[in-house]
Amino acid sequence: MFEFLLKRLATLLPTLVFVSMLIFGLQQLLPGDPAKVLAGEEQDPTVIAHLREKLHLDEPLPLRYLYWVGGVLRGDLGESVRNQQPVLDLVLQKLPVTLELAVLAMAFALCIGIPAGIVSAVGRGTVWDGAANAFALWGISTPNFWLGILLILLFSVQLGWLPASGYVSPFEDLGANLAAMVMPAFVLGNAIAAVLMRHTRSAMLQVLSADYVRTARAKGLRERVVVLRHALRNALVPIVTLGALEFGTLLSGAVLTEQVFTIPGFGKLIVDAVFNRDYAVVQGVVLVTASTYMLLNLLADLAYFAVNPRLRS
Amino acid sequence: MKTNPLRRFAAALAAVLAGLAFAAQAQPSTLRVGLAEDPDVLDPTLARTFVGRIVFSAMCDKLFEVDEKLAIVPQLAASHAWSADSKALTIKLRPGVQFHDGEKLDAAAVKYSIERHKTMAGSNRRGELAPVASVDVLDPLTVRLNLSAPFSPLLAQLADRAGMIVSPKAAQAAGDKFGTRPVCAGPYRFVERVAQDRIVLERFADYWDKGKVHFERIVYTPIPDATVRLANLKSGQLDFIERVASSDIEKLQTDKRFKIARITEIGYQGITINIGKSDKAKDSPLGRDARVREAFELALDRQGLAQVVQDNEALVGNQWVAPTNSFYVKGLPVPRRDVARARALLKEAGMPNPSFTLLTPTTSDAQRLAIVVQAMTRDAGFDVKIQAAEFATSLNMADKGDFEAYVLAWSGRADPDGNLYSFHGCKQPLNYSGYCDAETDRLLAASRSVREPAERQKLFDQIAARVLKERPIVYVYHRKWLWAYNAKLTGVREIPDGLLRVSGLKMP
Repeated sequence: MFEFLLKRLATLLPTLVFVSMLIFGLQQLLPGDPAKVLAGEEQDPTVIAHLREKLHLDEPLPLRYLYWVGGVLRGDLGESVRNQQPVLDLVLQKLPVTLELAVLAMAFALCIGIPAGIVSAVGRGTVWDGAANAFALWGISTPNFWLGILLILLFSVQLGWLPASGYVSPFEDLGANLAAMVMPAFVLGNAIAAVLMRHTRSAMLQVLSADYVRTARAKGLRERVVVLRHALRNALVPIVTLGALEFGTLLSGAVLTEQVFTIPGFGKLIVDAVFNRDYAVVQGVVLVTASTYMLLNLLADLAYFAVNPRLRS
Repeated sequence: MKTNPLRRFAAALAAVLAGLAFAAQAQPSTLRVGLAEDPDVLDPTLARTFVGRIVFSAMCDKLFEVDEKLAIVPQLAASHAWSADSKALTIKLRPGVQFHDGEKLDAAAVKYSIERHKTMAGSNRRGELAPVASVDVLDPLTVRLNLSAPFSPLLAQLADRAGMIVSPKAAQAAGDKFGTRPVCAGPYRFVERVAQDRIVLERFADYWDKGKVHFERIVYTPIPDATVRLANLKSGQLDFIERVASSDIEKLQTDKRFKIARITEIGYQGITINIGKSDKAKDSPLGRDARVREAFELALDRQGLAQVVQDNEALVGNQWVAPTNSFYVKGLPVPRRDVARARALLKEAGMPNPSFTLLTPTTSDAQRLAIVVQAMTRDAGFDVKIQAAEFATSLNMADKGDFEAYVLAWSGRADPDGNLYSFHGCKQPLNYSGYCDAETDRLLAASRSVREPAERQKLFDQIAARVLKERPIVYVYHRKWLWAYNAKLTGVREIPDGLLRVSGLKMP
């Protein structure tokens, strides 16, 4: 186990270095001079010169990379030039928001997608199957932005039941927090639920035609037991993998949904930073996201190692 | 009696959601303002964005203020006097003013703030206060600004961020991090900021004009999407929103729960033409022949543009100030569309079908403007190609002179000099057209040195005659700041700079 961990870490560290170079290098391809963007309307030459110096823009690229990596190694992700806040503070402010949104969206997706997929597979060709497929088509083809606006118009403007946008910390007021999160989580979860439904359906159809399921039925087991205990358990493997991937994507920020509902998460932070050429923020957020991905990957590998005896030999 | 389970579920859902909504209601006596962007750093010396000025107007009082007619009136200043040679401005300060940290606002604090604006690394105010050579404290409440040369726009500069006075004690302690916890002398003091989420201010109990401050708190929430901003107002989440989409105005007018303010901006929407910024000017039909530029302008129907692009929520114009401004040059009115004359000019120039590329930022207004311009000028024989680029990229291209014509708006300044000098002076930072004329430079310098409005007007007349003939910028219209707010909110002042003043605002 320890040897396995070392091996994985040995590949993880160079990957992280490569990723950091990629993040830094790709960002330089963004057109436009960051000093000019950050200098605002007046375009005062002395301000532009000051920003160039502060951001080391006149120095060679490798040196600028080393400045940044040096800071990262000391735990300093830099400072937002636009609003002077340390990038680490911004990341720590946004991460719980994005995490909460991702968890709630996944909860919606799992609660809708998996039962719909099961119902659709079990009742193949019935009206339930048609309804579930229609739902999936709706979920996949509905743009988040549009659905978000419609929900706001219905639940906030017309009915007045939910706040139109904004975020309240759950530690401040749990009720207000849930009220603010329910619509964005549903919008995000709705699209993922559709994908999960399609995958659950196809995995279940495959499993339901397997020999052991026929045997289970021949033994006289009740249909509910056959479906839930025998078929679903095996069908879940690819679904869990897909769910984990979707969750990872959610963690990098749901740009449009966060924009519509004014949820101050990673997506909104990074989009604003890109448009304002606030390089330190872009680099910091992408690095944190990439590292989280890699860490989750490592944990998944370790878990796989733990449950699969063949790997241990 | 049996109830329908679906109905029971709907009722339960409604009850839960209503409960959540109640929990999410804001506390009374809080003014909730929806902004179109997240402001940048909240340090008046370093700040760069328009939207930041909205927050400053509640937090940082200035030496002077502008009123509804753009007249300069005292704020922290009690009175002022110019020296005979216009090279010294003596300002008498309002007594008994305190900063939010309890420190006294006196002449020494004014000297500190102005010197900070002038010397701090990265200061955006340095250029605005460039003619201020030194500041003398004459007595605890009197300060004198000594100028290197007469500078008539100075009062207007001191009515904006350059005139904001910060607490020297707090600024010295915070250094370049002052913007994370600003301390000024305005009606509200800074409480907290969560980037992209909210800026919270609370009433300053010792404000010098506290009788006009009625809300306990102000919460500014940046919501970039205009539809979502409006939905927040309609659902009661916000009390006031700025920059309402012009397409929403008509419907909003019929809703008695809200009021609308329409304020003609002090800025403008224009099309900048590369006439000398780079070699590209020589290759462009627009850049190399003034007759083609004149034909281009004559092919435009400004009223039609305002109608299609801004739903008529704009005032057409042809100068750097709106026709309603006292410094508008009345002898050079907005030209009417004249396609026949435009065709004749193109024929005379030997280019009956000139082709050029119109660069535009990817904002929806700018792109719509480009498309309508393309269609309109086709009637005169122009072949306009549109190149859309994200704002930072387009700005970079403009700065390098890598464009023929560029759709560019300016938020405007209270004094016409702020809309003029940096755009038409040789080698000035905002002179993207590359226009450079020694006589215009002389006139611009002269317009800065005289204070008498009538004399300035004469100089502006001469500048306009030269600049409008060359057309480095074809001014199209002046947009309206569109605000919508709760009808119960009173005391809203419609000042052309588009900044919400919170003093005097009241809601039962």
